[in-house]
Amino acid sequence: MKPVQMISSYKRAVHDLLQNRYLNAVTIITIALSILIVGAFALFFINANDVMQSWKKGIRIMVYLKPNIPSLEVKRLQDKIQLMYGVQSIQFIAKDVALKRLRGEMRRQSSIFENLRENPLPDAFEVRMIASSQTEEKVEILARQLELLAWVDEVEYGQKWLGRFENIFNLFRLAGLALGSLIFLAIIFIVSNTIRLVLYSRREEVEIMRLVGAADRFIKAPFFIEGLIQGALGAIIGLGGLFVTFLIVISKVEEGFAAVLLNIRFLPPWLFFGIILCSMIVGWLGCYLSLKQHLKA
Amino acid sequence: MSANNAIIRMFHVHKRFGSKSALLDLSLDIGKNEFVFITGPSGAGKSTLLKLLYIGEPLSEGQILVDGMNLARIPYKRIPSLRRKFGIIFQDYKLISSKTVYDNVALVLEAAGKKRRLIQKKARSVLRTVGMEDRANSYPLSLSGGEQQRVAVARAIVGDPKIILADEPTGSLDEESAGIILDLLKGFHTRGATVIVATHDKAMIRKIGGRIVKLHQGKLVESAAYETSTDDFIL
Ligand SMILES: Nc1ncnc2c1ncn2[C@@H]1O[C@H](COP(=O)(O)OP(=O)(O)OP(=O)(O)O)[C@@H](O)[C@H]1O
Ligand SMILES: [Mg+2]
Repeated sequence: MKPVQMISSYKRAVHDLLQNRYLNAVTIITIALSILIVGAFALFFINANDVMQSWKKGIRIMVYLKPNIPSLEVKRLQDKIQLMYGVQSIQFIAKDVALKRLRGEMRRQSSIFENLRENPLPDAFEVRMIASSQTEEKVEILARQLELLAWVDEVEYGQKWLGRFENIFNLFRLAGLALGSLIFLAIIFIVSNTIRLVLYSRREEVEIMRLVGAADRFIKAPFFIEGLIQGALGAIIGLGGLFVTFLIVISKVEEGFAAVLLNIRFLPPWLFFGIILCSMIVGWLGCYLSLKQHLKA
Repeated sequence: MSANNAIIRMFHVHKRFGSKSALLDLSLDIGKNEFVFITGPSGAGKSTLLKLLYIGEPLSEGQILVDGMNLARIPYKRIPSLRRKFGIIFQDYKLISSKTVYDNVALVLEAAGKKRRLIQKKARSVLRTVGMEDRANSYPLSLSGGEQQRVAVARAIVGDPKIILADEPTGSLDEESAGIILDLLKGFHTRGATVIVATHDKAMIRKIGGRIVKLHQGKLVESAAYETSTDDFIL
């Protein structure tokens, strides 16, 4: 080999290496951005789900009683409702107590209450339901049964909209899952394309390894490791970025708003590591696809 | 050559590239621990013959047995184990330019799944044998042609192969470098390996003797011991 050829070969080798480094960086950043989007969705759904759950826990049915109900009837009614299907607990709220509560809640507008000669509020039961019975239909059925009882004036369950909201939420979640899958699919193709290019730049090396008796598995292994590393690094950077964004948002929001946000949490560990694992699997798959296509006999 | 003494047997081998025949009805036995020169003019089919042995090219017709393996029938998965029977010195060295000298040599043992300790010991010892131990951390392209050839020899012998294939191992080397390579091949032959060399190098053949297999336009023209061979064997 002539010196000129040697130098040019050497340059090409170095050039290839640098080019691959750049390619790998671009791939990892692309994966990181994809994971950031997936992670943001997951973060939103995790927290929205928390809120939903807490609302659900708050599902209660108010049973307003007719005026002047004898206390004996109150006791009998309470026992009866306690035994009804789906009821977890029942609490009697006498109208005096209710008024006191209302006054406490509306301290600033206390003048409203000053002229009251008579308590306008009815006696009531607050009925809470067991968790498994908190679907829209079951709440409605129970409410209807309660309406039919003697001395019951009116039954109210304020969270009628919750059921509808839950349906919309589920729809969103489905869309989120579909989008997440699409993004993971995109990562497969990104990695597969990168590996294809790396493979191309190393085709001579691969050929030589074959000739000296290296088995396909031995030749392919580094590429798979590359795919796994790309997936893992991309996911870690993406989730790291998400975490930093999360912290900044949390610290920047106004105080009053922060009180609401205090309950917002970051991705739980299982989801955090789950996303990293998925990203690695997807990197592996991308590599598999690429090698299947381009490293045949 | 008796059949049970042969490590390579070729029966009526044909190799065609498209419509062009590179080898025509070639039958040849090579015995264990033989030193064989494949010679003939450019385009005679010397390199093609070597390539068929390690399935660098598939044969078109005929049968080849290498150490009991039938190459026409060998499953794809067994090809690496066939290739590990050979130590191949390529005409263009075929060193991996992105790996150091040491890594190029060690790669063969890594591919064969040898232990790390053994790989280190073995790789250093063959680099010492070829006089390249102080260049172990250099990259192939920073070496001279003769030095690269020595690394190629080191890589060929590091796995203790039964057969050494060398395609023009002294082709572009000065006399001194060629002498070093020749001594290495001789030494390996002495330790029991079969050595097959494709070459134009008259001086080399004269120094070694051995058997001469002469090809011309893809056909076997002569196969004889050096001493009995006609003097115009090299063209
Ligand atoms: N891959 C190929 N495709 C087509 N023809 C080929 C191929 N390889 C070799 N040939 C042809 O086969 C014939 C034998 O080639 P081969 O390389 O075996 O010759 P050689 O004896 O090694 O020559 P040299 O001394 O120049 O190395 C030549 O005519 C060559 O053109
Ligand atoms: Mg040749």
